[in-house]
Amino acid sequence: MISIQNVNKWYGDFQVLTGCSTEVDKGEVVVVCGPSGSGKSTLIKCVNALEPFQKGDIVVAGTSIADKATDLPKLRSRVGMVFQHFELFPHLSITENLTIAQTKVLGRGKDEAIDKGLKLLDRVGLKAHAHKHPGQLSGGQQQRVAIARALAMDPVVMLFDEPTSALDPEMVNEVLDVMVELAQEGMTMMCVTHEMGFARKVADRVIFMDRGQIVEDCAKDEFFGDIHARSERAQQFLAKILQH
Amino acid sequence: MNYNWDWGIFFKSTGIGSEIYLDWFVTGFGWTLAVALAAWIVALALGAVLGVLRTVPNRWASGIATTYVEIFRNVPLLVQLFLWYFLVPDLLPEPLELWFKQDLNPATSAYLSVVVCLGLFTAARVCEQVRTGIQALPKGQAAAARAMGFTLPQIYRHVLLPQAFRIIIPPLTSEFLNIFKNSAVASLIGLMELLAQTKQTAEFSANLFEAFTLATLIYFVLNMGLMLLMRGVEKKVAVPGLMSVGGK
Repeated sequence: MISIQNVNKWYGDFQVLTGCSTEVDKGEVVVVCGPSGSGKSTLIKCVNALEPFQKGDIVVAGTSIADKATDLPKLRSRVGMVFQHFELFPHLSITENLTIAQTKVLGRGKDEAIDKGLKLLDRVGLKAHAHKHPGQLSGGQQQRVAIARALAMDPVVMLFDEPTSALDPEMVNEVLDVMVELAQEGMTMMCVTHEMGFARKVADRVIFMDRGQIVEDCAKDEFFGDIHARSERAQQFLAKILQH
Repeated sequence: MNYNWDWGIFFKSTGIGSEIYLDWFVTGFGWTLAVALAAWIVALALGAVLGVLRTVPNRWASGIATTYVEIFRNVPLLVQLFLWYFLVPDLLPEPLELWFKQDLNPATSAYLSVVVCLGLFTAARVCEQVRTGIQALPKGQAAAARAMGFTLPQIYRHVLLPQAFRIIIPPLTSEFLNIFKNSAVASLIGLMELLAQTKQTAEFSANLFEAFTLATLIYFVLNMGLMLLMRGVEKKVAVPGLMSVGGK
């Protein structure tokens, strides 16, 4: 579903991604972790071409991003993305947030879009809030709406960029619950997250990044099973985040 | 000061036709409104376009908008007006030049000059406010819209501009008031707007103080009214759970 092929990216002289390659199969859930500044968010943003890269290629559902002829907005409309800071549109109601891209990008009719949006809103448990504006919801609720908004586009893959990092601790689980459910339904997912509990529960594979490189890329059981077989950098990282 | 106040002057005949002095003020007020409103439409439309250009990821577009702002912001308004009224017509192709100088009646040509001048001058200021409004939004807003497949024009139309304009209503209000106040420069190229009518009344009647007192009051009340109107607009478009209005 996603094929990342030797991706290299520079900010000026500084190389942020170095020779990143991996594959994500249909229905697979891949967790990307690593210290801050390791390039994990940058890598995931390359997958829907939010961030340009200078070398290599990423192919999403058969569409090459490096290909100049690719219609990038069209590609992005098939890839759902959830951001750390939710990024709901504050001037629009929840219903409008759920429908605007359906109507403006996919060209769906208004009734169909509302119908679809409200169904998904119900699924994340927030149907009663349809008429409100994002500013009137809690962080956890906003992030659930953001997930529903992405799902409304019928994405072939979902990208999550630290979806729980900006949340109060007590709201983390309500968002993770939605993500777990999504994973169990067979959605193809790439998640940048520090939530190792989530990784253990639903991830198929774990990718560990450091200094712009993919250091570890292995099955979940292998990753968590024998920590001492991991690279030194990964061991240090895991020791820090798993000790609690 | 030894001065004989005579507030009845406004109801006295001007000696021209059957007009009383108050009629002159009404006419002048009408021109002031006509100048300011037309110039505001120009300023708002052009300023919005320029403000967007300053923020798009294209060096040429932002360069052009920046140059525009620097030129129109750094030349005095009155100088700009004289350029538009006295010099620019000479540079037009001959048929247009003749049309402007001979076919149009003097009030119309002065009106056109001042609307263009004030509109373009104020557009530079509106541009800067639109730019700041857009830049004040979290970067993630445009990213989220892009991630959903919006094209650049759609991002501006549906996500950035509706939010940016809400943020800049207060500074935009003061620009809106400025255009009414600045419209007084039109009196210097012979357009009989409020200030010109005031001066004429003062000269004809010798009731200088009454004339300028009334003009001051009209400008003041007009601008207070506009300010309240804009505050109402701000309240009406406020986003629930998000922005506060009037410092509340």
